[in-house]
Amino acid sequence: MTKILRRERLVPNIHLIEVEAPEISRKAQPGQFVMLMPDEKGERIPLTIADWDKEKGTVTSVFMVVGTSTQKLTMLEAGDDIPVYVGPLGKPAEIEKFGTVVCAAGCYGIGAIYPIARALKEAGNKVITVLDLKANYLLYWEERLQAVSDDIFVSSRDGYYDCKDYIPQVLGGVLKGNKVDRVVSIGCTYLMYTCSETTRPLGIKTIVSLNPVMVDGTGMCGACRCTVEGRNKFACVDGPDFDGHSVDWQELFFRRKSYFEDEITSLCYWEKENLLKS
Amino acid sequence: MSEKIKEIPPDLKERQREGFKLEWRKELRKAIPVKERMKIPLQKMPTRDAEERNKHFQEVNKGLNADQAQAEAKRCLDCANPQCVMGCPVRIDIPAFVKLIEAGKYVESARKLKETNSLPSICGRVCPQETQCEEVCNLKKATGVGVAIGNLERFASDCEREQEEVHIPKIPPSTGRKIAVLGAGPAGLTVAGELAKKGHQVTVFEALHVAGGVLVYGIPEFRLPKAILEAEVDYLRQLGVEFKMNYVVGMTASLDDLKNEGYEAFFVGTGAGLPNFMRVPGENLIGIYSANEYLTRVNLMRAYDFPRYDTPVFLGKRAAVLGGGNVAMDSVRTAKRLGAEFSAIVYRRSRVEMPARVEEVYHAEEEGIEFHFLTTPTRFIGDENNHVKAMECLRMELGEPDSSGRRRPVPIEGSEFIMEVDLVVVAIGNSPNPLIPQSIPELKVGKWGNIEVDWDTMATNMEGVYAGGDIVRGGATVILAMGDARIAAMEMHKYLSTKKK
Ligand SMILES: Cc1cc2nc3c(=O)[nH]c(=O)nc-3n(C[C@H](O)[C@H](O)[C@H](O)COP(=O)(O)OP(=O)(O)OC[C@H]3O[C@@H](n4cnc5c(N)ncnc54)[C@H](O)[C@@H]3O)c2cc1C
Ligand code: SF4
Repeated sequence: MTKILRRERLVPNIHLIEVEAPEISRKAQPGQFVMLMPDEKGERIPLTIADWDKEKGTVTSVFMVVGTSTQKLTMLEAGDDIPVYVGPLGKPAEIEKFGTVVCAAGCYGIGAIYPIARALKEAGNKVITVLDLKANYLLYWEERLQAVSDDIFVSSRDGYYDCKDYIPQVLGGVLKGNKVDRVVSIGCTYLMYTCSETTRPLGIKTIVSLNPVMVDGTGMCGACRCTVEGRNKFACVDGPDFDGHSVDWQELFFRRKSYFEDEITSLCYWEKENLLKS
Repeated sequence: MSEKIKEIPPDLKERQREGFKLEWRKELRKAIPVKERMKIPLQKMPTRDAEERNKHFQEVNKGLNADQAQAEAKRCLDCANPQCVMGCPVRIDIPAFVKLIEAGKYVESARKLKETNSLPSICGRVCPQETQCEEVCNLKKATGVGVAIGNLERFASDCEREQEEVHIPKIPPSTGRKIAVLGAGPAGLTVAGELAKKGHQVTVFEALHVAGGVLVYGIPEFRLPKAILEAEVDYLRQLGVEFKMNYVVGMTASLDDLKNEGYEAFFVGTGAGLPNFMRVPGENLIGIYSANEYLTRVNLMRAYDFPRYDTPVFLGKRAAVLGGGNVAMDSVRTAKRLGAEFSAIVYRRSRVEMPARVEEVYHAEEEGIEFHFLTTPTRFIGDENNHVKAMECLRMELGEPDSSGRRRPVPIEGSEFIMEVDLVVVAIGNSPNPLIPQSIPELKVGKWGNIEVDWDTMATNMEGVYAGGDIVRGGATVILAMGDARIAAMEMHKYLSTKKK
């Protein structure tokens, strides 16, 4: 059992979960993830590690509410236990002094990219952070990200911050104004895809953190297999980070939606069993 | 692979001679003459009706009752030169445990089994007896139908458990030595039990949230009920074994971290958990699973009870399972149980080459599974949602024998045909799990990523580190994993006894 220390809503539909996991906090590196199960009947789901504290022995993730498992997580409070919390899994993000690196993120990725931006900054890079939001009230952790970025651009469809452009324009603008050596992108599949397509013609190395369906998370099941450079890769052990220019995005879009109908069935069932009764 | 021993080792010969001379065994032999024994028909294992059982997950075999078990035990001739023992990879004293059943001493029989086999109730259910102990049985040579040793093994050990006669041995005072077992499959569980009984402090580290390895995520309930495995794990807890679940060695902590925490000896039993794929076009279409994923969703995550459990699984109407081993058989029978109208094995060789246990093939046929032999898929075809809707197959014929001694299947040109399917399970084998070898660069591994060991001691090239089971052999069997584990446990005990703290 793993104890939850904090669970709070950051912005609508995006929550933070901090747990007591001393061993994982000692080993965690930017870009890695954990697998967890919200309760005994739950699914095993991966969440990127968004922060950790070796001294306190804690690990934090940020998640977007999509299906039953994440819905269940939002019902948990500090002091509750969850049955499965295992990690850190996956290969850590590549951290070196590259020069100038753009960190492009949206939704849960704003939290997930934070430790990567921090490590890149510590390694001596110039870090430019680009955040993409549907609406201005979906921004969180901007101070944390500001603290590890040399520059930060926030685009929301309502134009409340810097602009209201979509990611290709925002990122394109940044790439025009700076000599960028690498782009790192985390968020929904579409965001990572469009970032990769924006940088492809410019030949700028772009790293994406893939988020396919996983079951065990240690290479045993192959649920997370993706085609990268024409070869089968397991996101859980060969990734989750891959070169965005080599990923078969169409396949990934489809595979991510594999259980769309089941997710709705599951959520309806859960709501009927849990919300209507109380 | 370990050598098959042809000569009977002297200590075994001695053990057999002693047993054979026991007064009560002599009397049993006298009571019924050999000719009479040979007339007793094989006691058939009672099973659930095929048309009923292929709709749920309850165990197929119901187990022999006491009368049947005694009748079956009487068929054993208690030979002066029992071949069966040599057929068993862990050299169970088969005549001894069988004759204890004949004498009505079921609990003692189970204890006899446990002298050499830590998990008899499991082995009695999943061992490929027909190629091991039962194949070389003298009665089989004489009459064509050998003693059903596996069924008797299951009977005795089930009796012990059901009568709550499983006793916790007296454990010697703690040696204060800490041992880390990596992986809670049959290999790891066996090492843990053996070393706990010697008074060592054993901790099992397991990546998943339930102990058992393949026994829990792979082999379905209808063949090995989870309750049996749980009883075995409980027993180990009572012996003082500590389980650290959700703990991936190599990620959560390294071997060196564990050394720093005071662990002095290590057993790596992390299995062959990496699924192989066909590498043909379209394999990543939706509705195509590795057997590991398919069985894990259903068994470990209980997708058969969706949406009461949250993990879903595709319920195909037309299921094809690629492969001919136990894993394929378990998958195809699972698909049937989950409602597939057509559930078929597609295997590139022919029936005789299938490595699955004979009983599973037989049960599968009874349950309405179809078999397409000498057939291999060449490509998968998807619908507009990228869900698999068909597969193109090629017919094969058998050519010259290959390195495994089996005749190599060769494609027949122009024999392509289309098979309509909406669920495909790839069960063509697993490779050793690379996490541990990757995290310990000094550890010597072979060409296939399997850990290399000295077969006499199961020691790896690193001092204090031993290994066994599928991580060493590639996909093998429960009994071989357990046999490795017993050797390793003995050697680890020796190692700790000579090593200074
Ligand atoms: C579906 C199926 C059916 C089978 N049927 C039969 C049968 O009928 N008869 C038979 O004899 N054999 C059968 N087998 C084969 C048999 O199950 C295996 O040979 C046996 O389980 C191997 O045991 P093991 O202990 O070596 O490994 P496993 O059972 O694979 O256990 C390894 C354990 O280690 C864990 N692990 C892996 N990496 C790590 C890590 N880094 N840190 C911590 N833990 C880790 C895994 O999660 C797993 O629990 C079958 C296999 C399958 C898949
Ligand atoms: S353990 Fe397996 S091989 Fe040995 S006697 Fe039992 S069934 Fe036969």
